[in-house]
Amino acid sequence: MADLLRVENLCKSYPAGGPPWDRRRVMALDGISLSVQRGKTLGLVGESGSGKSTLGRCVLGLTEASGGQVIFDGTPVQGLTGRALSDFRRRVQPVFQDPFGSLDPRWPVGRSVREALDCFRIGTAATRDGQVLDLFNRVGLDPALACRFPSALSGGQRQRVAIAAALASEPELIIADEPVSALDMSVQAQILNLFMDLQADLGVASLFITHDLGVVNHVSDDIAVLSRGKLVELGQTDQVMRHPSHAYTRSLLAANPTLVKGEPHAHRTD
Amino acid sequence: MSVLSFTSVSVRFGGNTPAVNGVSLEVKPGEIFGIVGESGSGKSTLANAVMGLLPGTAQVAGSIAVNGREVLGLDEPSLRQIRGAEVAMIFQDASASLDPTWSVGDQIAETIRAHGPVRSAEAKARAIALMEEVGIPDAPRRYSDVPHRFSGGMRQRIVIAAAVANNPKLLIADEPTTALDVTLQAQVLALIDRLRRSHGTTVLLITHDLGVVAQVCDRVGVMYGGKLLEVASASDLFARPSHPYTRALLAANPAGAPRGSRLPVIPSEWSVESLPAAEASNG
Amino acid sequence: MSRLRSTNAMILAGLAVLALLGVIAVAAPWIAPYDPEALDVMGVMGPPSLAHPFGLDVLGRDVLSRVLYSLRVSLLVSISAVAVATLLAVPLGLLAGYFGRWVDTAISRALDMMLVLPAMLMAITLIAILGPGSAVATLAIAMIYLPILARVMRTSTLVVTGLDYVAGSRARGASHLRVLVSHVAPNALGPVVVQASVLSAFALQLEAGLSFLGLGTQPPTPSLGGMLADGRDVLIQAPWVEIFPGLAIVIAVLAFTLLGEGLRRVFDPRGVAE
Repeated sequence: MADLLRVENLCKSYPAGGPPWDRRRVMALDGISLSVQRGKTLGLVGESGSGKSTLGRCVLGLTEASGGQVIFDGTPVQGLTGRALSDFRRRVQPVFQDPFGSLDPRWPVGRSVREALDCFRIGTAATRDGQVLDLFNRVGLDPALACRFPSALSGGQRQRVAIAAALASEPELIIADEPVSALDMSVQAQILNLFMDLQADLGVASLFITHDLGVVNHVSDDIAVLSRGKLVELGQTDQVMRHPSHAYTRSLLAANPTLVKGEPHAHRTD
Repeated sequence: MSVLSFTSVSVRFGGNTPAVNGVSLEVKPGEIFGIVGESGSGKSTLANAVMGLLPGTAQVAGSIAVNGREVLGLDEPSLRQIRGAEVAMIFQDASASLDPTWSVGDQIAETIRAHGPVRSAEAKARAIALMEEVGIPDAPRRYSDVPHRFSGGMRQRIVIAAAVANNPKLLIADEPTTALDVTLQAQVLALIDRLRRSHGTTVLLITHDLGVVAQVCDRVGVMYGGKLLEVASASDLFARPSHPYTRALLAANPAGAPRGSRLPVIPSEWSVESLPAAEASNG
Repeated sequence: MSRLRSTNAMILAGLAVLALLGVIAVAAPWIAPYDPEALDVMGVMGPPSLAHPFGLDVLGRDVLSRVLYSLRVSLLVSISAVAVATLLAVPLGLLAGYFGRWVDTAISRALDMMLVLPAMLMAITLIAILGPGSAVATLAIAMIYLPILARVMRTSTLVVTGLDYVAGSRARGASHLRVLVSHVAPNALGPVVVQASVLSAFALQLEAGLSFLGLGTQPPTPSLGGMLADGRDVLIQAPWVEIFPGLAIVIAVLAFTLLGEGLRRVFDPRGVAE
C-alpha cells in the first residue's frame, strides 16, 4: 500500500544558550524516518521533551525543519506555496491537546468550524452554515451549541468542536497531538470512540501523538517510540507492545501502570 | 484509633449543589488511602478541608478528626501547628510549592526549624539526610542549588522531602505525579511508598488516575459529584467493583479493552459532563 | 465577588470623572465665566470670591476660566499622544511578536534605541528641533510611549501566537493577514488597552511638565503646567493660583489611573481568578 505520509531523516535543532561564537544547538529531532499509510493510524509515543509534538508541527508545516524531508502523497512539502500549499493544508489537519487553547475564546464555536470552509472556499457562502451543522452532527454535538462560546462548553464538547473543525476540509490525514490527555477518563473513552468511528467511516489516516501507552495500544496500527529526538523503535503495535526491542521501550512499558494490583504488567518481558 | 476520620462531611460554595456531600471515611494508620475521581468529584475539596485551605466562602459541615482531634473550626494558629508537624501536603505542581530564589536545602531546613528549636547546623545536616533519603544524588553539594536547577521529577522529590521533614503522621498528596512522565511517576510513587514504610506515615493520595491507585494504594474511595460511592481494598476494587460508576470507569480505560474495539461509555447519569459546571472546576 | 464589584466600580468611577472632565473641556467656551486671557488690572491676585470662585492670577486673569480652558489642551494633548503611540505601537508589536526572527530583531532593536533615551531629554530634543507648541508636545509624548506600548503588544502577541487556535487557524488555510486580524490582534490587545489608559495619566503629567518648562503649550493659551509655572512665585501671597490647576491635574491623573487599574484587573487573569 502506498505511503500517504513519509518522513525522511527529519531533523530539527534549536539554538541553546552559549556565547554567539559558540552557540550550542539542541537536537529536538534527530534523523527521524517513518511513514503513515492511507487510512491507518501511526501512534507516536514519547515522554515530555522527546520531540513528538515538534514532529507533528513539522509535518503540519507550522515549524520549519532544519533537515530532511516531509513527503505527502508523493510530493515534498517544504517549499510548497500558493495553491499547492493551500491544497496540502486542506488535506492534513491538526487536533490539539488543550481543548481550552485550540478554540479562539472570542469566537462562537460554529465560526471556528466554519473558518476552514471559508478559507478553503468549500461550498458556497449559503451552504456553509448547513455544512457546519452537518459537521456538528457528525461529531455527536447538538448543532444548537454552534452559537455558544468555548467557555460555555465542557472539555469533551470543545474537543468535539476541534475535531469537527479539523474534519471540515475532508482531510486525508489528521495529526492528533495528545487529543485526549486533558480529558477525564469517561470523556476520553467517548472521544477515542469518535476517532475510531471517523476513521472507519471516512478512511482518514492519522498520526496519533501521545504519552499514554494504553491509548496508543488501543487505537494504533503501528507504533513509533521517540526518545530525546531519536526514533528508538518502530513496528506493528502488537510487536512493539509484546516484544519491545529497545531498552527504552521496555522501561516505558514497565513504568506504565496497569489496573491489576500486585501483578506484573501483562506486556512486560523479563 | 484512625489517623484521619471524616464524619458526614459536606462542603458548599454558596451554590445549591454541595462540592462534597456527606462523606464519612476512616483512614487507618500506615496505609496509603487513595481517593479517586474525575473533575468535579470533590476529591481535592475534601483534601483541602483537612488542611483548612478552603476559601472563606466555603461552608463546611460535619467533622474531620486528625489523630482524634477535631480540625474543623480551629483558628489559624492551631491550624498552622497541625500543618507540617502532624499533617503535610504536597501538590501537583512542585515548582509552585518551592520559592524559586531560595536554595532547596534551605527550604527543607526552614521547614525543620519552623516546628521546633533546632540549631541551623543540625537543620542543615537533617535536610541533607532527607535529600539523600528521597534520592537526590550528590545531596551535600546540591543543597545550595535553586529549584530551577532540578528536573520536574527531582523537584517533586524535594517537595516530598520537605513534607516529611517533621515526620508528619499524615501526608496528603493531591495529584502528586500528574505532571510527571510515566517513568518518573513510577519512581515518585515508589518513593512515597518507601517513605511511609520507613517513617510510618499515613498517606491520603488524591488522584484521577486508576493506574496510580493500582500501583501504590492499599484502600481506595471512589468519588463522583461530591459523594463517596464506594470504599474497597485496591485489589477488590479492580477485581470486583461494586458500584456501577466504578465498573463503567474501569471499562472506559483503553488499557483493558481489545484493540480498536469501541470503549464502553459511561452512562450519562454518571458522566462528568452532566455535573453542574460550577462544581466541575477543581481538576 | 466583592473584588469584581470593586473592579467595576473603579472603571465606572474613572470613566465618570473622565467624562465629566471631557464635557468641561469641550464646553469650556460656554461655561467659563470670563475670557481666560482677559486681564483685570485692578484685581491682580484677588482671592476667591463670588465673582471669581478660584480667584485671580498675577496678571488679574480669572483662574477658574483658565483651569477650564487648560483642561481642554491638557486632555487633548495627553489623549491624542497616547492614541498616536497606540496606533503605531499595535502594528509594530503585532508584526514583531507574530513573525519573530529578523522582523522581531529589527523592530525590537529600533524600539530599544528609543527606550534608552531618557523621556524628558527626548522630548526636549524634539522640541529644540521642531520648536515648542502643543502639537510638538503631543508628538514628543507619543514618541516616548511608543516603544513601551509596542513592547507590551509584542509580548502579548508572542503569548497568543503560541496558542493552538492560532496554529489551528493556519492549518485551516487562513492567511497570515487573516490570522493576525481575526485571531491574534483581538486576543492580544487587552494589555495594551490597560497600559494605554495608565500611560494617559503620565502623559497628562508630562504635558504639564513640558508646559511648566515653557516647552509645551505656549502662552497666552492657558495650560495647567503653564499656570503652575505662573503661580510658583506667588505661592505664599496667592496660593489659589497654584492650588486649583494642581487639583485639576490630580483629579485627571487619578481618573486615568482608576480606569487603568480597573481595566488591568479585568484583563489580568490572576486578578479575576481570585
